[in-house]
Amino acid sequence: MSKQPAAVVGVGQTHHRAKREDVSMAGLCREAMDRALADANMSLDDIDAIVVGKAPDLFEGVMMPELFLAEALGAAGKPLLRVHTAGSVGGSTAIVASSLVQAGVHKRVLTVAFEKQSESNAMWALSVPLPFNMPVHAGAGGYFAPHVRSYIRRSEAPTHVGAIVAAKDRQNALKNPYAHLKNPDTTVESVLASQMLWDPIRYDETCPSSDGACALVIVDEDTAAASPNPAWIHGTVMRSEATTAAERDQVNPQASRDAAAALWKQAGITSPIDEIDAAEIYVPFSWFEPMWLESLGFAEENGGGWRLSESGATAMDGRMPVNCSGGVLSSNPIGASGMLRFGEAALQVRGAAGEHQVDGARKALGHAYGGGSQFFAMWVVGSEKPTN
Amino acid sequence: MRDVAVVGFAQRQMPEFDGSPTCVELLVPLLAECYEQTGWTRRDVGFWCSGSSDYLAGRSFSFVQAVDAIGVIPPVNESHVEMDLAWAMYEAWIKIQTGEVDTALVYAFGKSSAGVLRRSLSLQLEPYTMTPLWPDTVSLAALQARVGIDAGVWDKAAMAEVANRSLTDAEKNEYSIRKGGSSVEELLARPMYADPLRKHDCSPVTDGAAAIVLAAGDKAREVREKPAWISGLSHFVDPMSMGTRDLTRSPSAARAAAGVDLSGVEVAELHAPFSHQELILRRELGLADDVRINPSGGALTSNPMFSGGGIRIGEAAARIWSGEISKAVGHATSGPALQQNLLCTLEGRS
Repeated sequence: MSKQPAAVVGVGQTHHRAKREDVSMAGLCREAMDRALADANMSLDDIDAIVVGKAPDLFEGVMMPELFLAEALGAAGKPLLRVHTAGSVGGSTAIVASSLVQAGVHKRVLTVAFEKQSESNAMWALSVPLPFNMPVHAGAGGYFAPHVRSYIRRSEAPTHVGAIVAAKDRQNALKNPYAHLKNPDTTVESVLASQMLWDPIRYDETCPSSDGACALVIVDEDTAAASPNPAWIHGTVMRSEATTAAERDQVNPQASRDAAAALWKQAGITSPIDEIDAAEIYVPFSWFEPMWLESLGFAEENGGGWRLSESGATAMDGRMPVNCSGGVLSSNPIGASGMLRFGEAALQVRGAAGEHQVDGARKALGHAYGGGSQFFAMWVVGSEKPTN
Repeated sequence: MRDVAVVGFAQRQMPEFDGSPTCVELLVPLLAECYEQTGWTRRDVGFWCSGSSDYLAGRSFSFVQAVDAIGVIPPVNESHVEMDLAWAMYEAWIKIQTGEVDTALVYAFGKSSAGVLRRSLSLQLEPYTMTPLWPDTVSLAALQARVGIDAGVWDKAAMAEVANRSLTDAEKNEYSIRKGGSSVEELLARPMYADPLRKHDCSPVTDGAAAIVLAAGDKAREVREKPAWISGLSHFVDPMSMGTRDLTRSPSAARAAAGVDLSGVEVAELHAPFSHQELILRRELGLADDVRINPSGGALTSNPMFSGGGIRIGEAAARIWSGEISKAVGHATSGPALQQNLLCTLEGRS
């Protein structure tokens, strides 16, 4: 049997904040799930299986929290899966959920990804001392800053491009009612004036730490027929590469390039920049926009990316709109961030993105990465049923 | 559905693993064994999926170093579940069913001895009202056993019979870390550990890892004369709340049983970390009296966290490969008091 068509018919997310002290973990997940179910015009009774995703359990201080959440998430009496693949997990979780439908095993799957960082302490969770491992003690920014410096050197990028990306995403976030950061005064100049944290990454070029969740309802062809605007899944891909290997190119990892090539092939796309109408790319630090644009094949390597970002092409009204939702730079509930990218891509092709809608978007990319740039998950969704 | 079979299985189990909590040192030889069994190299594997727990490893992203054990240059199609090996296998089976890949290698690992397991598992409970009381796994299982005894659903002798049979069968399993049967009377004379549980009613704290290889259609036939074909795969979860569940039952196990065809099963490998839990599972699965339970010795004699369930499926598959039996069921559980359950039926069609 070949792969069955699958589509997203419901997308829901929470209002992302630094601390959602008004809800428990279950309440946070249900806020996103209930919105996704309402969007899909369904109730939990219609759902065959639940797939939960989140980043490390130490972020909330609960081992395998999906077990205690099972009942609150409506999973009791149903199959429940829990995915954990580093920062790419929100994307991987959506892919696992869609594969349950594509395999013909289930017809209606609900997937939810969350992070409630305020329950624990992410910096502690990432800093547990490990025997025989060099402590980084620098957070993710300290880890990625050398990659960014390397990109700037290789591509001879002017150093203000990161600020252009950050200002654009923060302005886009003003059009997204769910976004965490709402800073109407952010401009390229204000970003450049913000504190340098990990050279060349400034404070305003970093993602916030958020509590939040995202949920998707993914269904088979027959169920999707009842939806006015399904987002059809045209391709999904996951790729992982080694963490410790001298030959790794951490600026433009092979796993990223391989994943993109496999994804475009599956989705029947030959020129991403011409055929993708909106992209939600995982950009936790501003410079990752030009870096991933190159790695994904939207622009030529060693400079095409920053030229695209600098030219304004990645703005909402540009040739290649990137992160119209405000992206990870404006909301970062880690485990959910990947699913938010996947969900925002679905909203675009469903014409349901509200104020941050790209006119007439028909094909969109959802992208997530994790770890030290060795884990990748991506999908392409479209307003039309795939022909391949 | 595509025909998919278990064609490879490797395991290591020990009281205390002298190595890292990510068990990378164990995974490398396990993967080598899988290649030897299949005649493949890692490039023949279409999809990888692992199962493990960050809390067990005492660090975030514990699976990351394990991925390096594969040797992932060039990059691979890979995923991870914070669940037992059996569910990693389920994700891989789904991936093969989509038609995207034909083969998969799944693995899982856990070094329980790195901490105090029964205490670590308290962190699995409801965090706002239950975990602060630190009820540990053994105590919760004891409460469950007590409920069943008081309700007359089982008795101490039935529990001791399970333990005696398991310890006797374990003598033939090189990986069992507790073995040596005696008699029901002798076992019942041993001291109480967590009333009404004696030590032999509880699985021993075990370190270990395991790997399973899946292949579809002809790929499976190329590897084995008698592949263990997966004829059914079903899993469900119950609410966790111990106060609202009937602890003498496991509705999710019964649901999983309804999702597969258990008729004609000759061997059942049940993942029952406590003796009375085997009694619950036998009832929920409605197993006939002539079904052989846990010829490997089962989880009562060796139970590495996060691979203990998958090992049941591997043990069942090995008996089909050898031609000893033609139908078996492997079972995996997760969560306190049999909260989540998976069943996989395997058949040795020619």
